[in-house]
Amino acid sequence: MESISRRQLMLAGAAAFLADLVVGRGIAVAAGTDTLTIAFNVNLPSFDPTVGPSAVNPTIQAIYRTIFDQYVGQKPDLAFEPGLLTAWGWNDSKTGIWMDVRTGVTWHDGSPFTPDDVVWSLTRAGDQKTGNPIQFVWGALSNFKVDGNRITADAKGYDPALFKWMAFLTGYVLPKAYYTKVGAEGFEKKPVGTGPYMVDAYEGNAFLRLKANPTYWGGKPAFETVVFKFVPDATSRVAEIESGASDVTLEIPYEEYDRLKAKKGLAGVAAPITDIGMIFINSDAAKTLTKEVRLAAHHAIDKDAIIKRLLRGYGVAIDTLDAPEYAAFDAAIKVPYDPKKAAELMKAAGYSPEKPLKTKIQTTRGLKPKDYEMIQAIVGMWRKIGLDAEIEVYEVAKHFELRTSHKLAPFAFYNWGNAIGDPTTSTGFAMFGPSPHSSWKTADLDAKIGPLWGEADEAKRIAGWKAVDRYIAEEGYVLPLIQYVQPIVFKASLKVTPNATGALQPKLVVKG
Amino acid sequence: MIVSVINRLVVAAITLVGVGAIVFVLLRVVPGDPIAMMISPGASPADIAALRARYGLDADLATQFWMWLKALLSGDFGMSISLRRGVLSLLAERLPATLELAFAALALAVALGLFLAVLGTLARRTVCEPLIDALNGLALAVPDFVWALALVLAFGVFVPVLPLSGRINPSIDEGFVTHFYLIESLLRLKLTAFADVASHMAMPVIALGLPLAAVIVRLLKEALKEAMVQDYVLLARLKGMSELRLILQEALRNAIGPTLALTGVQFTFLIGGTVIVERIFSYPGIGNMAVDAVINRDLPLIQGLVLMFGLIFILVNLAVDALAAFFNPRLRHG
Repeated sequence: MESISRRQLMLAGAAAFLADLVVGRGIAVAAGTDTLTIAFNVNLPSFDPTVGPSAVNPTIQAIYRTIFDQYVGQKPDLAFEPGLLTAWGWNDSKTGIWMDVRTGVTWHDGSPFTPDDVVWSLTRAGDQKTGNPIQFVWGALSNFKVDGNRITADAKGYDPALFKWMAFLTGYVLPKAYYTKVGAEGFEKKPVGTGPYMVDAYEGNAFLRLKANPTYWGGKPAFETVVFKFVPDATSRVAEIESGASDVTLEIPYEEYDRLKAKKGLAGVAAPITDIGMIFINSDAAKTLTKEVRLAAHHAIDKDAIIKRLLRGYGVAIDTLDAPEYAAFDAAIKVPYDPKKAAELMKAAGYSPEKPLKTKIQTTRGLKPKDYEMIQAIVGMWRKIGLDAEIEVYEVAKHFELRTSHKLAPFAFYNWGNAIGDPTTSTGFAMFGPSPHSSWKTADLDAKIGPLWGEADEAKRIAGWKAVDRYIAEEGYVLPLIQYVQPIVFKASLKVTPNATGALQPKLVVKG
Repeated sequence: MIVSVINRLVVAAITLVGVGAIVFVLLRVVPGDPIAMMISPGASPADIAALRARYGLDADLATQFWMWLKALLSGDFGMSISLRRGVLSLLAERLPATLELAFAALALAVALGLFLAVLGTLARRTVCEPLIDALNGLALAVPDFVWALALVLAFGVFVPVLPLSGRINPSIDEGFVTHFYLIESLLRLKLTAFADVASHMAMPVIALGLPLAAVIVRLLKEALKEAMVQDYVLLARLKGMSELRLILQEALRNAIGPTLALTGVQFTFLIGGTVIVERIFSYPGIGNMAVDAVINRDLPLIQGLVLMFGLIFILVNLAVDALAAFFNPRLRHG
């Protein structure tokens, strides 16, 4: 037998290493046909979709919806569909609810899914001690009773959006027996759901590898393996898709989207999502920001020009907080670009370009596409009518602190998501005085919104919210700007269905 | 010597407590409330108060600090608000990735810096010298994150030979026992895994190492040039020593002291640079985690990270002092 010297062994090792380094580009080149690699824009901090800050992060819902199932499902066009509940509703007196639970579903660990899991999940979500940020919704339910596959519960009051919340933030069913056995830390280490994909490997800030759930009740998933690479840097995401290291990516600059989708082998889709850009107005500044000034500020903004020139046409101009896909959208409510009218309104308020009203506007920079540039453009438009706004850049955490303590500047730019499209979760929470997230807090508006929270007649409720939107537009209580468009680039061999919620779920990607 | 070491350790402990106190207070004074980011639209003031109490943010500043310090002394760094895990276990998990990256970058910087400084000294007053100086000036002028972006374009897109993100190919299952992937895969002779981890580290290591290499070249080359005209070098030259031997055997030992001291200081900057570079390459170290912690205002995690960075800086400085003493007998003997 021929012996190998130490030197030869070392050389062979070095050769193998170099060969692997250069030739083993299998590392970077994504996806055999059974693997889908997504260059995702945020990290996944925690697997529990019902507690902590990540539970209310809209982007992460794409991952949660892949591992877990929601009580109620949602189609890409925002329409609701059966999830782990097959039917649901309020009782005739609107004092309680009923839910029919899907049969034949198993958890990823092979144990059967039962109505007890639903009851436990809802009870846990409603318990303030667990730290569920949406506890105020779930806490309204009590006295659960299980009869076969039907669950009934009492409700503190009628909430027309309750079942919509079951398809929204923290509306996920977790495994009672497994979670109770392993506890919170154990669940973080090895999460178990009923969703189309099961957790296979996870490295925080790097990747999440999922395997197809062979017994998924919704049918066999299209890919055997799904890899979410956490790539928060947009330049790196562009490189990921351009080099072929990932199959799909999202939320890249529109310039790059246009360039990449024109490249051979790549394709793109850009569709409006349930996320809008808006300027909050602080009601504490109402003394100087009179109705004339507020309306002038709105009429002076040329939203179409901003969308065309800054966002390369990717955006939808909006005049209310309810975007076209939302339940209470009213196309008849318009606040048109009219610089002449804006100048007249400012003149009536006693201001002109020569004698401007000095104020402040806060904005993020780099959080949303061209956010700072957009505000710069708006400030330029305002200057022409005698509104001189100083720009202050703030970061997300500061915005939330100021917003929840009602200390935002007179004008403050931020975004607002509403994946279920209900008016309560757009106009409602953004404009109702008692909401910690509203910036305009006045009795006249609260009096109009208040009765709508519990309105049982759906047609009347939606008409009521449309009337509120009209009133807000007429009074200039907020400046809605644009509905965002989400750019997704993918390999031409794939087909991606855009999701209006913005959640890029692997189940919406199929082999072309 | 022992007294000196004890003194340094005491100063290090005081420094760490000071850093901890400053960071603790600063985090609570600067705008950005972690609870505000979790408040749901329908939350009542009671709900908000309950959330604040849950994360221990309802007490006054002094009480919060005392509770944090007490827990810290018993080895409890607290729970991360965003990651919902113990801070200490998170640091233990992520620190090895950053250490491997930082030390690999240091190794690259020292090797490259040493080589080019010696080459530059050998080639002084030739046409090569200005070329080396110009390249060095470029490496010095460009910050690490710009190198990172340039490398992404060069070796990730135009000539895609290196992986762009992460620490290891998601399809590789090596069942690592430690979090030192590079070292463990090498020791266990898992060459495929080693090559994969090394290839993932290549671009971030170059991005971090190049600026430090340039600093070393600049400093060491100047020191070598000065040493090369000293009497002891001239004497050695008269004895017929080759130019390379003169540099390596005579000049280098005397010239390396100041370079070593500055390399130590620069190495701490290099560790600071991992924050951005890890982010660009989606490398799962403490730098990348720090960015998320700051965005989410994850106070316990930020505090733990700052203490960890502080500890690393102190240890690096201690190591540099020890090395300087090793190379300089005058320092060793007080």
